[in-house]
Amino acid sequence: MEIIMSVVAGILFAAGIYNILQKQLLRIVIGTVILSNGAHLFIITMGKLKRGAPPVLEYGITEYADPLPQALVLTSIVISFGLTSLLLVLSYRAAQENETDNMEKLRGNHDE
Amino acid sequence: MLFAVLIPLIITLSIPFLSKFKGKIHPGVFVFFVPLGIFIYFVRYVGEGFSPVLESNPWIPSMNIFMDFYLDGLSLLFVLLISGIGALVTLYSIFYLHKSEKLAHFYVYLLMFMTAMLGVVLSDNIYVLYSFWELTSISSFLLIGFWNHREGSRYGAMKSMLITVFGGLSMLGGFILLHVITGTSSIQAMIADTDAILGSAYLPLILGLLLLGAFTKSAQFPFHIWLPDAMEAPTPVSAYLHSATMVKAGIFLVARFSPIFTGYQWFFIIVSGIGILTLCWASYMAVRQTDLKGILAFSTISQLGMIMAMLGFGTKAAVFAAVFHILNHATFKGSLFMIAGIIDHETGSRDIRKLGGLMTLMPISMTLALFGTFSMAGVPLPFLNGFYSKELFFENALDIGDTTLWIATMMKQVIPYLAVFGSIFTFVYSMYLFFGTFTGGQKLEELPKKPHEAPIGMLAAPIILVGGVIIIGLFPNLFNESFLAHAAEAISGEEVHKHIAFWHGLSPAFFMSLTVVALGTLLFVFRERWWKIYQTIPGSLSFNKVYNRLLSGLDVYSANLTNSYMNGSLRRYTALIISTIFLVTTTVMIGTGGFTWKTDDLAAITYPELLVGVLVSVAAIATIFAKDNVAAIIILGVAGYGQALLFVFYRAPDLALTQLAVETITVALLLLCFYHLPQLRTRTEGLGIKLTNGIIAIAFGSMMALIGISAHSSKWFSVISDYFLETSHDLGGGDNVVNVILVDMRGLDTLFEITVLGIAAFSIYTLIKLRRSKEGE
Repeated sequence: MEIIMSVVAGILFAAGIYNILQKQLLRIVIGTVILSNGAHLFIITMGKLKRGAPPVLEYGITEYADPLPQALVLTSIVISFGLTSLLLVLSYRAAQENETDNMEKLRGNHDE
Repeated sequence: MLFAVLIPLIITLSIPFLSKFKGKIHPGVFVFFVPLGIFIYFVRYVGEGFSPVLESNPWIPSMNIFMDFYLDGLSLLFVLLISGIGALVTLYSIFYLHKSEKLAHFYVYLLMFMTAMLGVVLSDNIYVLYSFWELTSISSFLLIGFWNHREGSRYGAMKSMLITVFGGLSMLGGFILLHVITGTSSIQAMIADTDAILGSAYLPLILGLLLLGAFTKSAQFPFHIWLPDAMEAPTPVSAYLHSATMVKAGIFLVARFSPIFTGYQWFFIIVSGIGILTLCWASYMAVRQTDLKGILAFSTISQLGMIMAMLGFGTKAAVFAAVFHILNHATFKGSLFMIAGIIDHETGSRDIRKLGGLMTLMPISMTLALFGTFSMAGVPLPFLNGFYSKELFFENALDIGDTTLWIATMMKQVIPYLAVFGSIFTFVYSMYLFFGTFTGGQKLEELPKKPHEAPIGMLAAPIILVGGVIIIGLFPNLFNESFLAHAAEAISGEEVHKHIAFWHGLSPAFFMSLTVVALGTLLFVFRERWWKIYQTIPGSLSFNKVYNRLLSGLDVYSANLTNSYMNGSLRRYTALIISTIFLVTTTVMIGTGGFTWKTDDLAAITYPELLVGVLVSVAAIATIFAKDNVAAIIILGVAGYGQALLFVFYRAPDLALTQLAVETITVALLLLCFYHLPQLRTRTEGLGIKLTNGIIAIAFGSMMALIGISAHSSKWFSVISDYFLETSHDLGGGDNVVNVILVDMRGLDTLFEITVLGIAAFSIYTLIKLRRSKEGE
């Protein structure tokens, strides 16, 4: 199962990267969301999959899923959410101000 | 000695206060006493019973760097030149520079240079020597660019800086190699350890690097190009730095290290070869110049080449002649520069084509120039010191030490002829300099000022120097035993006794001198006939061109290189970054055998999960092909919810909850934002770009998948999660282990994750609320 999930994560990475390389701002935001999904899946897969109960202690159960990757991913989800929403509003405002969401037209000035 | 070296630097601190008196007294008057004091301090050492003195001062003892000052005959010669001519130049500058100039700057730079130069010649530690060496480059840069409102000054300063610092850094490389080989940073200890250096495999590299430093500083071929441009400096600076002191730092370096290298054939070949080449080329080029200081600059270059050549010969007599010529050159060249400055000052022009017939208007300057130029030309008269050193030069060119290498024996045949060739042109330009300026018809209407004799204060310094020319000319043995012999001994390592006589029989050297005078006179008289040759050789060829091409080529090349990847397109940057990550990671992984594949210890494959995995993958890929923005957002939501389902399968309830919530809000936000920008729906893309992006994306994705598989296949140690599971209840007081980790075990992560959210919220608020109209800025 881990191998399959690695491949799924790889596909998510590829799809995310392809979206990021597009020229529409919206696609880039979508790309970052898919990319972070891929990363989360990656982290979960790197722990062991399906080895026991959910990590909520219950009397009589000794085998639990690894809680540490879950904690890490939880933190990561929240951070990437914050980032995504900021990026979203930023690109929305950029598109509104510059009246284009084409990355090829959004270039810096000559002094950069 | 430490105090003597540092006192000019200390005095600089008081210069700004001194310039308060600027209205009444010239600050140079105060400065004058500094080099004078140093001169008097060191002149006490001169005497037949002189023996070297070593003074050690700790600087960075933990790195074995001591401010060691070693005063032997060679250092003493240079110290006296630096302080003596320094005093004269200061005297001269008092009358040369007007009070309206930025005098405080001038004297600060000049004193800084004095310290640097004293440090260079006295240091025994290579690192201290290097530090002072670079300080001379910096202060010379500042002095050349003194009139920084002039384009030429800035160009000259930059050029000298680039070339000498290039050489300085090479020299540092040589020093470090020497330190590694001998294990000491003291020059005297290195000289004692000569065998280790000569036996080292790095010997050619060391020699090359050291000589690069010496040749750039002493303006040897082909690094001589900075010196003529350095003539943009005020004339006292040219007289001091670019004739008597700084340009001899390279000579000093070669002399200082020659006890190590004298036995080494290539030392002879390179040093005397480049020296002779410089002598010939620069004296040939000097005739072509029209600017008085330009002639003197090329003349300095050629004279330095001559000294360098004699150091390369390496015999006792040659070393003595070199030392003697260092002294002689400082006297006549210093005075000639000062006279050129006087002419510039009194007529307003330095162009020899506009000058002429100044003999009657400026009789004293004329007399001084007569001694200076004739001494430089080596005219055989018993009161000109230049003749003696030229004669010694010829003698030594005929009598080069034993060599076995074929190239060295070949050079032995050629050097005397080249020496004569260079001397002939030296004669020509010296005569041209003198007769072109002081004889012929007066062209007063072309001059900006009406020429008249300079004030006596300005003439004082060149009078003293010309006095030196005559005294050494009349009594050539005056300083031999007490002074010059010690310097020659320091270079050659043996005792040197030499008696110089004006008349020493009909030797070959004497005939060479006669040839020089005869051919030189002929060439000078018929100069109109052959000057056309300069249009063919060198014609338009010059090393300045090479330098300028190199500099502008470097600019263009770096600009092109940067523009080739920094084109302002963020997509391109992203593509480059991702490709680089891919290439580097893959190379490292393959190189270290990182990609592995193991199938044991895997979780069983179950169909619901497989189905959801496929769903997520398909949805992710489908976002790319969705034509409509809203459709793409919805499909993104599908992928996100699929992921939440996966979290459910993998026993992560908290994750599933969060993922569901976050995905919902994200999709809502996306729709909110981009539903309101309906006019922006342009999506046309070339196939080539699509293909490239696709390849990059697929490559990166496969790499990540492989890394995931490999990471799983090579687990090296057990997890620490057992600790969390065991202690969550007792220590953390909770049964939900993930939550206990988040708030108890690793609470700091959570704290800053909250901060991140807070900052994001504030930023979004600012982005929406804070609007500054374009006009209202």
